[in-house]
Amino acid sequence: MTAEIIVVTSGKGGVGKTTTSASLATGLAIAGKKVAVIDFDVGLRNLDLIMGCERRVVYDFINVVQGEATLKQALIKDKRHDNLYVLAASQTRDKDALTQEGVEKVLDGLSEEGFDYVVCDSPAGIEKGAHLAMYFADHAVVVVNPEVSSVRDSDRILGLLSSKTRRAERGEGAITQHLLLTRYNPARVEAGEMLSVKDVEDILGISVVGVIPESENVLAASNSGVPVILDANSLAGQAYSDTVARVLGEDRPLRFIDAPKKGFFQRVFGG
Amino acid sequence: MGILDFLKRKPEPTATVAKERLRIIVAQERSTRGAPDYLPMMRNELLEVIKKYVHVDLDAININFERDSGHEVLELSVALPDGKASATPAT
Ligand SMILES: Nc1ncnc2c1ncn2[C@@H]1O[C@H](COP(=O)(O)OP(=O)(O)OP(=O)(O)O)[C@@H](O)[C@H]1O
Ligand SMILES: [Mg+2]
Repeated sequence: MTAEIIVVTSGKGGVGKTTTSASLATGLAIAGKKVAVIDFDVGLRNLDLIMGCERRVVYDFINVVQGEATLKQALIKDKRHDNLYVLAASQTRDKDALTQEGVEKVLDGLSEEGFDYVVCDSPAGIEKGAHLAMYFADHAVVVVNPEVSSVRDSDRILGLLSSKTRRAERGEGAITQHLLLTRYNPARVEAGEMLSVKDVEDILGISVVGVIPESENVLAASNSGVPVILDANSLAGQAYSDTVARVLGEDRPLRFIDAPKKGFFQRVFGG
Repeated sequence: MGILDFLKRKPEPTATVAKERLRIIVAQERSTRGAPDYLPMMRNELLEVIKKYVHVDLDAININFERDSGHEVLELSVALPDGKASATPAT
């Protein structure tokens, strides 16, 4: 059995890759899959904070690559789900410590350990780190915000995904590309201040796998170190649950893409 | 506001949780910043050794690295659990 490798990438920084990686990995684990989520952002470890395991990092990705720790020692078991593990990025090493062979060794090791999915949280940019995060992927989640520079960068990334991955190089068939629109604000879309789902789909020529609304619950979730998908009362959490179901092949209609209808008082007095 | 609201204990605001988490992790990372690369590894191996004698967590080991005019000081402290501290604390 080989693990399915999913890269979460974007080109532009700060669009929600780590937020998405944490919720996607957690959602797949809730669906019963054995999942590892890897932070590829060497030098700027972040995923551990979002997953709430920052105090339990003993060994990191680079330690495993360099043979200083075994995969088993470095995998941090999630405190909420037995079948979910985190592999932290190194804070101290420089970026060159990560090599293609090293990444391959870790991914092969995870397959041997019986993992169903490996979620790779890519660093921003299109440099080496981002390249390594996507190289072995079978699936990609391209995170995009409804904003001009983010849309252009994601087009760039979609291009790289279809040429600069192992699958592409070996002619093993295209990697599955999922476009995830996050930080969406339906009210601003209706007011004509923000690109709509359809605008983004039209420009990029690919349909979205999900739309995550802009939500204050995302900040609360990161404050607490609990992936937002576990906040079942939040719209962002529910939208992530839908997205994970779609990634697993389920058909679910998009939700939260229309602005809530304003009540009488709000219409009269604004709000 | 209903009378019940007075009785419900308010959950800790998430910003407070965030601040506390950051205080700990930032202090830990600062103490080893600019220090040799092997410090985190050394801390982990020390933990393995210490664990043979007393049950402590990674959090209990504090490594402080200071560099002043020409010499470097590595300070290591281990908070031993209450009661069972039969060994002398290493400092
Ligand atoms: N749906 C959302 N609603 C509100 N805020 C969000 C949402 N998604 C992400 N954010 C916020 O956006 C910021 C960036 O998110 P995140 O760290 O996940 O992005 P990233 O793409 O991983 O960044 P980097 O490129 O630096 O790795 C964070 O402050 C996060 O809380
Ligand atoms: Mg990130």
